[in-house]
Amino acid sequence: MTIDKLKTIIADHSGEDEANITAETTFEELGVDSLTTVEVLMDIEDEFGVTLEAAQVGKTVGDLVRAIEEAQK
Amino acid sequence: MSFRIIGTGSAVPSKIVTNDDLSGMMETNDEWIRTRVGVEERRIATTESTADLAYEAAAKALEMSGVSADAIDLIIVATITSDRICPTTAGMVQARLGASCPAFDISSACSGFLFAMETAAGFFARGTAKRALIIGAERISKIIDWKDRSTAVIFGDGAGAAVLEAGNSYLCSEICTMGGDDVIKIPAFGGTSPFTEIEKEEPVIFMEGQETFKFAVGAFVNHITGMAEKAGIAIGDIDHIIPHQANERIIRMAARRLKLPDDKFVMNIDRFGNTAAASVPIALDERNRSGRIKPGDLVAMVAFGGGLSSAGCIMRW
Repeated sequence: MTIDKLKTIIADHSGEDEANITAETTFEELGVDSLTTVEVLMDIEDEFGVTLEAAQVGKTVGDLVRAIEEAQK
Repeated sequence: MSFRIIGTGSAVPSKIVTNDDLSGMMETNDEWIRTRVGVEERRIATTESTADLAYEAAAKALEMSGVSADAIDLIIVATITSDRICPTTAGMVQARLGASCPAFDISSACSGFLFAMETAAGFFARGTAKRALIIGAERISKIIDWKDRSTAVIFGDGAGAAVLEAGNSYLCSEICTMGGDDVIKIPAFGGTSPFTEIEKEEPVIFMEGQETFKFAVGAFVNHITGMAEKAGIAIGDIDHIIPHQANERIIRMAARRLKLPDDKFVMNIDRFGNTAAASVPIALDERNRSGRIKPGDLVAMVAFGGGLSSAGCIMRW
């Protein structure tokens, strides 16, 4: 599942417990700054083989899942 | 024939500028700077020129090597903040040391020291130098936009130097340029020509942080893996990795991707900030003087920055 792998990546970089991250969690709540966004995008590139721009990240974890799945099509 | 390093030295200005000092000058704070960049304080030149810092680092490196200035065959200074375009910083250092060898500057931003080392390697390969003095020196504070909190908090001034002597320690190296000015740009002084029709730009650092970060981590990891393969060694066999001190998070991200423990990476950005071309030789000197580099150790250096440029080398100490 895209969201499970993504939760692991986000937890890794934000320091938030993976169990507390859902599709509705916003990046603002996670305190994700611009460099953390880049770190997450670089791991997404490795994990999912898609290159996303910071502008495609969206507001929530669910937004980012959709962006990844859209890019994989 | 390549070379081995027989002496290192470094020098920084005496004035310490803390994050709290900066928070009084611009909208920033200690916590933000520590977590985003990893800098706690930096040295900022007051009376010290780039040539002063370069000379002091060079003198210390020569002292360690036991080589006198007149036995040096080549001086190369890597800098993007030479006090003057002419004469070069290398020329000023040569005069103050009392050396008489060829001396010139090269410019490749934060990768400059490793570009200088690679240039020197050519002289050793041809047998036209038996000893060379390589210096990275910056008074980067003069090209900082002190109103731009996204870049002003990152940088610091300083210099580092190494004395090279003919030998076979330089196992492999890579230098790389991906030319362009859209990610990092530092315009030169625009001049006063009454005929110019080129729009003047502020001669300060412009940097696109996210793109720089991605480039840096990618270059870091690719150079280390590529060079290890060329040298026929396992990445895990490298004893010391001396990276350009651009941002603590670049180093930590690269460490994770290389699956190497943090303690293999020399880090001093907390005390000196990003000193551009000076950062690799300052970090090298610190690790060397700590006594932690043993004969036979594998030492990797890697740098990345404006140009865009990047470079790396692996040496057998």
